[in-house]
Amino acid sequence: MSNNVQTIETHGNVHRDDVGAKMGMWLFLFTEVLLFGGMFLIYAVYRFQYPDQFHIAGMELSTTIGTINTIILLTSSLTVALSITALQKGNKLLSVSMLSLTLFFALFFMVNKYFEWSAKFSHGLYPGSDEMLAKQNGEILFFGLYFVMTGLHGFHVLIGIVLLSVILAFIIKDKITPNNFVKLENSGLYWHLVDLIWIFLFPLFYLIQ
Amino acid sequence: MANGTIAANGKTFYEEGTTKAKTGLTAWIFSTDHKRIGLMYLSAISIFFSAAVIIALLMRLELIAPGKTIMEPQTYNSLFTLHGVIMIFLFIIPGIPAVFGNFFLPLQIGAKDVSFPRLNLLSFWIYIIGAFLVLLSLALPGGPIDTGWTFYIPYSVRSGTNISLAIFAAFVLGFSSILTGLNFITTVHRLRAPGMSWFKMPLFVWATYATAWIQIIATPVIGITILLVIIERFFGVGIFDPALGGDPILYQHLFWIYSHPAVYIMILPAMGVVSEIIPTFARRTIFGYRAIAMSSLAIAFVGYLVWAHHMFTSGISDAARIIFSLLTFIVALPSGVKVFNWVATMYKGSIDPKPPFLWVMSFIVLFSIGGLTGLVLGSLATDIHLHDTYFVVAHFHYVMFGGTGTIFFAALYYWFPKMFGRLYNTKLANIGVALFFIAFNLLYFPKFILGYMGMPRRYYDYLSEFTSLQLISTIGSWVMAIALIIVIGNIVHGIFRGPKSTSNPWGGVTLEWHTSSPPPLENFHEIPTVTHEPYDFSQLEEMKNE
Repeated sequence: MSNNVQTIETHGNVHRDDVGAKMGMWLFLFTEVLLFGGMFLIYAVYRFQYPDQFHIAGMELSTTIGTINTIILLTSSLTVALSITALQKGNKLLSVSMLSLTLFFALFFMVNKYFEWSAKFSHGLYPGSDEMLAKQNGEILFFGLYFVMTGLHGFHVLIGIVLLSVILAFIIKDKITPNNFVKLENSGLYWHLVDLIWIFLFPLFYLIQ
Repeated sequence: MANGTIAANGKTFYEEGTTKAKTGLTAWIFSTDHKRIGLMYLSAISIFFSAAVIIALLMRLELIAPGKTIMEPQTYNSLFTLHGVIMIFLFIIPGIPAVFGNFFLPLQIGAKDVSFPRLNLLSFWIYIIGAFLVLLSLALPGGPIDTGWTFYIPYSVRSGTNISLAIFAAFVLGFSSILTGLNFITTVHRLRAPGMSWFKMPLFVWATYATAWIQIIATPVIGITILLVIIERFFGVGIFDPALGGDPILYQHLFWIYSHPAVYIMILPAMGVVSEIIPTFARRTIFGYRAIAMSSLAIAFVGYLVWAHHMFTSGISDAARIIFSLLTFIVALPSGVKVFNWVATMYKGSIDPKPPFLWVMSFIVLFSIGGLTGLVLGSLATDIHLHDTYFVVAHFHYVMFGGTGTIFFAALYYWFPKMFGRLYNTKLANIGVALFFIAFNLLYFPKFILGYMGMPRRYYDYLSEFTSLQLISTIGSWVMAIALIIVIGNIVHGIFRGPKSTSNPWGGVTLEWHTSSPPPLENFHEIPTVTHEPYDFSQLEEMKNE
């Protein structure tokens, strides 16, 4: 069997290296961490500079929606991990349904985000609004960071939705199989990263007040 | 080397590609072959380099005499910004890693290709898109950017020119750089030929590996920083804007956290090329192999901790300035380790001064001047006087153009026979190097003196006492233009009309010289097994029988 795979690889002239593929993905995730790291650094600097105003601004955020979204994302991380394990064990149906569930959670997260942001906008809380410019500098910065950081995170969730949908199609079409599932694993890693970043965003904006 | 055999009837990578189309444009632009991608980068980079050189010549012509000569002040502001943006983001940063790293990294470690060939092609395309966006920012209404390549806040938020598009272009180019970096790291970890342990890797591979780490660690930070400038311009979130409570100095910190390591992205691969050329033409193994390999990593690491030396006059605390000044001196140590080891390699060597070696000699002189004047700028007391003067411009051009630029040509002249299977005219090449060296000093050395006398950089006009030195510098720019025409013309002529080269014209012993010139599609006819140290010239006798 393994001999067979070997021949296919050589004849197809396609180089396959699962360890290498995962290493590349980890390096990419590392760059993502640094991308958000720059933002966390800016957050730290301004929190230190305007502690009281950050406190006041933080009261405006809804801890309930934040908590619900945290639970949703954590659960979606679980389902994507289950999907990988299911495929490894050869259970395609379970893998497909777990991945679909992950996508459902991701969409759910975005819908919540949409309502959360629209509520802010309807209160006149968006960058450059008169309401916002009337506030103190620290509060303007808090909301500026809030929109940029959760916005960038939301953008990553959207990319994740596209990515996982493509992977789902690959599994259904048997392009990702129990013998060759590194693409699914890598997408799972990406999804965990999106989750991980949220785990830091949640306390920094919704909990510390 | 037992199995580096060369099949006489093998097709070269020019005759056999990875695409369905055998010839024509699509056989190149959709090729995942690392060698073709390297050559595509070479052609793109040559175009951008020539464009930026022409811009520089126009600026020098404007500065030939005080007052207005050929252009308006606003045009001058746009030109120096463009010169910087094109040279930095489109030529020097991708330069050696994208062209020679792509072409020779897999060859030197005995691999068929990089780890992710399709991602490699994607990086190239992203690079082209980024370059296109830069050009687009010139043409659109609003006008070319005028902030200097550093995009300092608050002017970059206030300026009405096409800053957002140009910054987005820099972001896109950074993405290309990250993908290339992670590709190279994975390739070095996973695809080394049997027997090639870490300390048998050629030093160019070590240097490119260290560079790749800087690319993936530093680039995301500038990515987010410049994205924030765009967001600032569109939405006014206030993160860097002092009017809304933001801190422009914080922007400078974040900018230089990337952009200082970026100068090591520019210089480290060049140092790697030097470590290849010197042993080959001195016929002697490199002195202090491990010291050179480790100093690349040391530069990559310490290079992270010196960024605030660009900000000595920006308004940061004395304690911070003293610490960053000290760290700046420390980063000179690994560079010194390299220079001493190179010179020691030549000692008692059998030196054959072919053109690539002459380029390297020119590099050592120019780079040493650039490096030592860097220490003048790294000292707090002198920097206060010299900050933002022509002294900085001269220092920067000595290290970047005299360092990386010179080595870009050295690498081109060294690996030319391997890349194209032909030779250039040696006599003309020697004249080119000599003229380049003279022109370089004529062009940039007066700037040290001008800067010391107080001539500020980026100024459109100047006092009459600076006239004679400015004139010398402008004349130097004309000589430089002639030198570059000779240097590049010789290469272009060689590509089409040069005599056929043998597979190993210089007597190099690293793996790329074990295969035919130009190499076949999969680089080697048999995967090589490495048994020797990288610069063990005792293999030359065996190689003659291959």
